Amino acid sequence: MNDNRFNPLALVLGFLRPLDPLLLLLLAVLLGYAHVLMQSASPERLDSQITHIGIALAGMWLLAWLKPQRLLSMAVPLYLLGVVLLLAVELFGEISKGAQRWLDLGVARIQPSELMKIAMPLMLAWFFQMREGQTRLVDFILAGVLLLVPVGLILIQPDLGTSLLVAASGIYVIYFAGLSWKLLIPIVVAGVIGLGSIVAFGDTLCQPDVDWQVLREYQKQRVCTLLDPTRDPLGRGFHIIQSTIAIGSGGLTGKGWMDGTQTHLAFLPERHTDFIFAVLAEEFGLVGAVLLLVIYVLLLLRGFHIAANAPTHASRLLGGAITMIFFTYAFVNMGMVSGILPVVGVPLPFISYGGTALVTLCLGIGILMSIQRSRFAEKT
Amino acid sequence: MKKQRAVTFNHNPLLKRELPAWRPRIIMLALMGCSLALVGRALYLQGVNNDFLQAKGESRYARVLEVPATRGRITDRHGDILAVSTPVRAVWALPADARLEPAQVRELARLLEMNVGELNARLAAGRDFVYLKRQVPPEVAQAVADLRLPGIHQEKEYRRYYPGGEVMAHILGFTDLEDRGQEGIELAFDKRLSGRAGARRVIKDRRGQIVEDVEAIRPPRDGDEVALSIDGKIQYLAWSALREAMEEHKPKAAAAVVLDVRTGEVLALVNAPTFNPNNRANLTGAQLRNRVFTDAFEPGSVMKPFIAALALERGKVKLNTPIDTGNGRMTIGTATISDTKRHGVITMAQVVQKSSNIGTVKMAQQLGAEEMWHLFDQLGFGTPLNLGFPGETSGRLRPAKTWRPIEQATMSYGHGISTSLIQMARAYLVFAREGELVPLSLTRVDGTPSSGRRVFSADTARQMRTVLAMAAGPGGTAIRAQVPGYTVAGKTGTAHKLEDGRYARKYISSFVGFAPASDPRIVVAVMVDEPSAGQHYGGTVAAPVFSRITEGTLRTLGVAPDMPLTPLQLARRGGDEAASEGSSRESM
Repeated sequence: MNDNRFNPLALVLGFLRPLDPLLLLLLAVLLGYAHVLMQSASPERLDSQITHIGIALAGMWLLAWLKPQRLLSMAVPLYLLGVVLLLAVELFGEISKGAQRWLDLGVARIQPSELMKIAMPLMLAWFFQMREGQTRLVDFILAGVLLLVPVGLILIQPDLGTSLLVAASGIYVIYFAGLSWKLLIPIVVAGVIGLGSIVAFGDTLCQPDVDWQVLREYQKQRVCTLLDPTRDPLGRGFHIIQSTIAIGSGGLTGKGWMDGTQTHLAFLPERHTDFIFAVLAEEFGLVGAVLLLVIYVLLLLRGFHIAANAPTHASRLLGGAITMIFFTYAFVNMGMVSGILPVVGVPLPFISYGGTALVTLCLGIGILMSIQRSRFAEKT
Repeated sequence: MKKQRAVTFNHNPLLKRELPAWRPRIIMLALMGCSLALVGRALYLQGVNNDFLQAKGESRYARVLEVPATRGRITDRHGDILAVSTPVRAVWALPADARLEPAQVRELARLLEMNVGELNARLAAGRDFVYLKRQVPPEVAQAVADLRLPGIHQEKEYRRYYPGGEVMAHILGFTDLEDRGQEGIELAFDKRLSGRAGARRVIKDRRGQIVEDVEAIRPPRDGDEVALSIDGKIQYLAWSALREAMEEHKPKAAAAVVLDVRTGEVLALVNAPTFNPNNRANLTGAQLRNRVFTDAFEPGSVMKPFIAALALERGKVKLNTPIDTGNGRMTIGTATISDTKRHGVITMAQVVQKSSNIGTVKMAQQLGAEEMWHLFDQLGFGTPLNLGFPGETSGRLRPAKTWRPIEQATMSYGHGISTSLIQMARAYLVFAREGELVPLSLTRVDGTPSSGRRVFSADTARQMRTVLAMAAGPGGTAIRAQVPGYTVAGKTGTAHKLEDGRYARKYISSFVGFAPASDPRIVVAVMVDEPSAGQHYGGTVAAPVFSRITEGTLRTLGVAPDMPLTPLQLARRGGDEAASEGSSRESM
């Protein structure tokens, strides 16, 4: 190759160099899948979906191009910015659908809780890096505080789903950082007992006059609806009933692309966003659903592989946590749509329509790519 | 500096070590567990429970839709349309979707001719579905559709239109908003008219809009056309004659029937007051009442010819048998029967002509109660005609065993027994038809008319026609029943109305007759209820209505006159007998 001459191939290769080919391939398959589904679920949104993908890929490329240490150095400012914005939401935010989640900056409306999904694992990874392995109980308590402040702010918006996701993203970091069994087991046991008692005493607990203290009325009802969707088939149970019907009527091979009756006759609510998995399952059947699951598993395996081979403790924590976030999104969404988890507003990663979520997820991919690339740089 | 830190990290042995092996393993286990749970759930929903959920899904969108059949037309005997269904639209709304600007509501209200408050109230009603207005004309519906308002929808329906308006109102009746017959022919022939709705399988979305038409399960079968026996022209002239009588005599109500003697077809059937079937707002019960069928009244003197005919048939009297009516008063038990005038000794024919109560009673006294009851029963009194009209009366005919002598006496001149006007009109067919009675028909009779049931001999019927022609001629009670060019025959009736078991000073004036007397073609019955403008005798109130209807009907039917077209005064001088046959054939 002649370096002096303009060579488009070299330019493209150079442009692609920071990107991990495997992750890029899986991402391309997912986004392609999303695009095909969107043509059926909501054709009028195809153009803006393309725009979102463009912005998200640009963001991904930018992060992949940056080195992990560079990213970690942005952790504190990002985290602080996130907390400040969350406070601003609490004070000046817009109310939409009964919750205060959006902040109008004049230029654009943003959802600061979304920023926190990236900022939280970054911050905690940075924090444990500062502790440099001498992690003691006190560090975990400090990490817990760093975790609970934004989670609490999101919870009072109120937005149970996002606060759980942000909490999860932090907990994964803490878990990988080596939280001792003494603390881990009680938390798990408490969770199991709590969920078990809800399932066991659901009928009593779901009586209208029972106050659950910690959860808001609508959150209580979401849990109750999960326990028995037919309790209120026209109201809160409507989503779950319609989505299980859509999934079930898909059968083994589905009704075919664009032929999903529940989808196209508008029986299925939120079919382009949170419930798009039902569209997929109805039109492509069990085969299509398992295919998606396989792609996710491949993505997760690649993510864990990158994390396990990361050169630094911090990037291992970060890589592991981000992969776990993908896992959580995918599992919670599919679990909710197929009726084994309560309805919490979690999109199906890379598939659901929605710019903010897609950008956040692609930023996560970008971080993984950055970690992957740093392997060679650091080792040599 | 930054680089140095990174290097430091990298060489720190603590940080260099891999994560503890069990932590990633637990994560991997969790990942596998969750994936298995999802696959299991998907298998359950899509493999095991698939059929059930598919059926549930289908039940949400597949609907069997009724395709309305067009209701059959009703025509008169000549095929002129009396009732026809025209397609209109119903405008309905899904209030939850119908978020309209005030300006849009105003526009909609203007098009639908509703007031804004009412429209808003309907849209605010906490229901999923609400009709805004039904039976909207197609052009208005189109204008509404052009507004493209959210949540405002339309559906096809039919509006019944009655070109004849109030003239035909009582015969035809009307349908309700769901196209079901409510009154009159619409009810009586509902089954034939309504046809059978078809069914289609369609796919509807959550809003209830039809997305796809899958298949026709059954095509709709439109209703049959019903051709009535009614003649539009005769009906109209009967109606205008009745309207004139209403203005002249200010009665509570009036009714008239025209029957075809040969076939038993009802040629006209009118009631007053009437209503406009195309606009039924503010309708009163009195307007709605089809008195021809529903009102039983004591017929009074129109009953007398039947008693005379029975006496004649049994050989008890001849037309010229003298009957002593005395001084116009007669006592039976404790009751007194009187005539309006003293007639002295008169012939049997004159008893009917002059309408002598006493003379009639004397004939009745020669007959048994059982015999009289049998006659009434054969004439159809006490039995409904069962033509399918709602609220038809059977009249009142008590069993002969319960009759006291005074009752048998009063029944002979039409008191203590009640009939409807149509029953009485039909009974007169026996005189017009050589002694036979035929069933009536409201639909056109195309084949040969059904044979009748003999009540009197042809000879008795012929003799009674002569007597009844006398009654409607000079020296009779109903000279005003005369028709130029035609001989007529008939009997007046002036009955006191019963109120709370006593006879009040209120009357029902009636006239039942036929024409031409020489060869009867039609029977016409007229009833005027409570004339209040001074006159109340059947001969002055009902007979002129008969005359008008008969004249028009005979001309409409093209019946050849049987009498020279001389002024009535001359005819009167010439005497009734002379008028009967004679010069009819050359006059026209």
